[in-house]
Amino acid sequence: MTSSTQQAALDQEHDHGHHGPATGIKRWLFTTNHKDIGSLYLLFSLLMFLIGGGMAMVIRAELFQPGLQLVDPHFFNQMTTVHGLIMVFGAVMPAFTGLANWMVPMMIGAPDMALPRMNNWSFWILPFAFLILLASLFMEGGGPAFGWTFYAPLSTTYSNDNTALFVFAVHIMGVSSIMGAINVIVTIVNMRAPGMTWMKLPLFVWTWLITAFLLIAVMPVLAGAVTMVLTDKYFGTSFFDAAGGGDPVMFQHIFWFFGHPEVYIMILPAFGVISTIVPTFSRKKLFGYASMVYATSSIALLSFIVWAHHMFTTGMPLAGELFFMYATMLISVPTGVKVFNWVATMWRGSISFEVPMLFAIAFIVLFTLGGFSGLMLAITPADFQYHDTYFVVAHFHYVLVTGAVFSIMAAAYYWLPKWTGYMYSETLAKWHFWLSLISVNILFFPMHFVGLAGMPRRIPDYALQFADFNALISIGGFAFGLSQLLFVAVVFKCIAGGQRAPAKVWDGAEGLEWEVASPAPYHTFSTPPEVK
Amino acid sequence: MKIAKLITIAMCLLVSMFTFASDYNMRVGVTDISNQVYQLHMTIFWICCVIGLIVFSVMFWALIHHRRSKGAEPAQFHESTKVEILWTAIPFLILVAMAVPATKTLIAMEDTDKADLTIKVTGSQWKWHYEYLGHDVDFYSLMSTPRAQIDNMQSKTENYLLEVDKPLVIPTGKKVRFLLTSDDVIHSWWVPDFAVKKDANPGFINEAWTNVNEPGTYRGQCAELCGKDHGFMPVVVEVKPEAEFQEWLANEKAQRALAAQQEAALLDQTLSKEELMATGERVYMAYCAACHQPTGLGLQGVFPALKGSAMVTGDLKAHIEIIMDGRPGTAMQAFAKQLSLKEVAGVITYKRNSWGNDTGEVIQPSQIQAYLDGKQEEAK
Amino acid sequence: MHTPLLRKLVLLVLGMFAFAFALVPLYDVFCDITGLNGKVELTAAEASEEQDLARLVDVSFTTHTQGQAPFKVKAATYQVTVTPGTLTEVNFTAENLSGEARIMQAIPSVSPGMAAKYLHKLACFCFDQQSMQARQKMSFTLRFYVDTELPNDIAELTLAYTLYDITDRNAAAYDALLNPAKHSRHSAAGKDYAQSIQAAVYQQIRGISHG
Repeated sequence: MTSSTQQAALDQEHDHGHHGPATGIKRWLFTTNHKDIGSLYLLFSLLMFLIGGGMAMVIRAELFQPGLQLVDPHFFNQMTTVHGLIMVFGAVMPAFTGLANWMVPMMIGAPDMALPRMNNWSFWILPFAFLILLASLFMEGGGPAFGWTFYAPLSTTYSNDNTALFVFAVHIMGVSSIMGAINVIVTIVNMRAPGMTWMKLPLFVWTWLITAFLLIAVMPVLAGAVTMVLTDKYFGTSFFDAAGGGDPVMFQHIFWFFGHPEVYIMILPAFGVISTIVPTFSRKKLFGYASMVYATSSIALLSFIVWAHHMFTTGMPLAGELFFMYATMLISVPTGVKVFNWVATMWRGSISFEVPMLFAIAFIVLFTLGGFSGLMLAITPADFQYHDTYFVVAHFHYVLVTGAVFSIMAAAYYWLPKWTGYMYSETLAKWHFWLSLISVNILFFPMHFVGLAGMPRRIPDYALQFADFNALISIGGFAFGLSQLLFVAVVFKCIAGGQRAPAKVWDGAEGLEWEVASPAPYHTFSTPPEVK
Repeated sequence: MKIAKLITIAMCLLVSMFTFASDYNMRVGVTDISNQVYQLHMTIFWICCVIGLIVFSVMFWALIHHRRSKGAEPAQFHESTKVEILWTAIPFLILVAMAVPATKTLIAMEDTDKADLTIKVTGSQWKWHYEYLGHDVDFYSLMSTPRAQIDNMQSKTENYLLEVDKPLVIPTGKKVRFLLTSDDVIHSWWVPDFAVKKDANPGFINEAWTNVNEPGTYRGQCAELCGKDHGFMPVVVEVKPEAEFQEWLANEKAQRALAAQQEAALLDQTLSKEELMATGERVYMAYCAACHQPTGLGLQGVFPALKGSAMVTGDLKAHIEIIMDGRPGTAMQAFAKQLSLKEVAGVITYKRNSWGNDTGEVIQPSQIQAYLDGKQEEAK
Repeated sequence: MHTPLLRKLVLLVLGMFAFAFALVPLYDVFCDITGLNGKVELTAAEASEEQDLARLVDVSFTTHTQGQAPFKVKAATYQVTVTPGTLTEVNFTAENLSGEARIMQAIPSVSPGMAAKYLHKLACFCFDQQSMQARQKMSFTLRFYVDTELPNDIAELTLAYTLYDITDRNAAAYDALLNPAKHSRHSAAGKDYAQSIQAAVYQQIRGISHG
């Protein structure tokens, strides 16, 4: 860089400080503003949600009837694999990172994230990761077809060269998540406004802080796992190959050591969102704030000692099966505490049903349903029957779609007026909610039944007794998919304009984010607020 | 009054839903263990229902009665250590109550008492191999659903995708032990009616067992994603009374001896092209079509095409070799141990005379034997 | 202002990345203790000093040829009944079915997995790679005993060998992996580098689990 361009860059940054954002594409490419980056993350995750959803539509279309109609089994496997990867790493995680970027500095009274340049990087490497992943679908022999869990040796000896691209993409996603997590931790630890003590921290911030630590702890383990897959396939190691003294089951141990905390990475921020929204629309303080913090922490800690419940059928000794069963059952205690606290918050409140609250209530009921099936799955003897069937598919879609995704939508409706300065269309949003609620249950509830009746997951074709329910599930799937286009419409309509939103959008809301104007100015809390 | 009504309606709804879904519940199965697992499943299901009903009744009560539109004024309370301890302790106790029967069942399942019969189950892409240890009986078991049904050219029959050419046969009332391993990737052997699901890991053996009470035919599937045709890898087990089973086993042994004799006899015969093509087509559809496709076109970049392929239309010896010995490091298996001489001769004839490949060659079983002998000679 | 915390977090990330690889030896130690995957020691054991003549244990043998490996290995007897502590010999016949020289590696696995650490082998063809000439037939003797400490609820155990054809792999590196005792040094040059690293890791494992 020449000194003159350097000077120009400095000048531009100088400009930021006083006159708001640059214009055009440069604003987005070079931005270090937490609100811009938050918006980028959120829009990116919406795009990924639609792409991953498109793949789900392909899956449901193929499964609409028994027999092979649309795609061949190899492509079907690519769809289930990439759908999973995109939804986990492309939709849910970036959406929460986007929410953290937008809201954490505003909630703790900080002017921006602690490490703004790293923030820019952590977002902008993400599109490349997914470009690589999606491009691999077009290579000869197709993209990853080994499931998002990429069990060895299916992903090593028995996969084509897409494994290399897959590993590279996962590495980039991991680096991005880790940078995002580091930024969140440094921001929360170092940049709280004076008087914002730990036990005054909004719960969304608390849950994200714990999530960020989980990310730092397990994303490197995932990086290690994919590196071992790569060296096993290309450099002659045999970490997962018995012929060289390795063990394919060890892959599953390493993967799930990452994988189970990963599940909580996707749900803890959701707990934070719900703990923010329920008090607002109940017009009552959150019940049991301290116990919520402790419950979140204990869920995070427990998540490190339950991983092998994903592997009961791999042939574990009895003692191992018992340990992982008991530890997993234990998780339902702190999770239960959270649900009870939300209900107690609503109890004798003054409740109203704006769209964020509707999504939050749906979350509480449906996430709990997913929790119940989770408890059933923890029971080892019964798990032998449930494992790798649609019962599991139903379970994790209840916690991830009606759990994580619903909470993201609740958060989006809750803060959209703050972000855009306009109210969203209440009518359209209500339509979106009710259509989503009905269709999502038609989509996922019958999966419990086909799973119990014996339909394995990840199959492109099925026996005739599963036909009726699969047709119903597919109809629910298409309806849910189409309903999400309404969400896109609401969001863009809200960005374009509408009724002006006041600074304090919701009368029951509390927190620093409501003390700044709507839309939130480009720079907020340049002088830290005083928290009493 | 109102709550009572609400609860009754909810209960009725739940019960009717449950009856409707009884076909879609976990299988009770035909072993003591599967019964216990089913009971466990139902116990926990009902516990979850009761907890859910209580919690959500409270929540919906609040949603109905504590609405702002009804003029509800928010209360001020926001913590109570007593209540928090209570709703930490009660779920914990419920969990302990659940853990007791679960532990009992699990211990029973992992009981490694002596078995009456041991069967080694080997998964490979995409078929099962069964070996009766100590009895010198072994065979492959492949899905027998015709391709045309899968491709919607024929109407689907009752056991669509859950039928095999040769089912596993076991006796009733005997403890049968399964030793599971795999030839390539991880598979999982699952028969819902036995409540047995165990992974088959390459390089390791796993163990599972069952003791079936009722004769019958029981169907399951591979439960662990194992590549392209994971969905087409059914498990069928025929359970026969002890006497019938022994008869079957003796018959199997006799047939093996007979088959060996026939193999030997075939060497002196010249089979007609029609017969070889018919055998070849059957073998091709069962063993080869999964990868190379019924059209012989393969899957680009994954499985090579056979139509017009130099391997299939060129040197015969190389063609025999790749079928007999496979190609290490690829999905091409060594079929020498899976197919008879006639079957190999048939499938080679079929490949060299189908999809526009028109070498006109007719390969006899004796030529396959000659290839094997030739290898033997070379070695000396 | 952020540097100290940042440094700690980056160290944590690097530490966790290293931990992923540390899980490899840890896993083996864990398996050794719990009998998790039925992995069996690939080094010779000492003869037993105790015997338990009152107890009978069935030991059965099975072999499995992996994929295209051209080997046939069969135990002379499918099953033997032994008393714990007593040294037993079982003969195996092996054959290279192919027309060329191949190298065979047998990987043992014991079921139930819990029994793995109670099955001690003094001599086994799985300790070494077996170079076999074309069509060569060989016979091996397995000498083993069952530990007197074998848990009482195990009355029957199976020793399964999976036979791999490792001719095309880097034979030296494999030997190092499987028999670390014989190779105290590795050349860390060229493309063997990754393998020798892994071999070193495995040496560490064995060191830990035996030390």
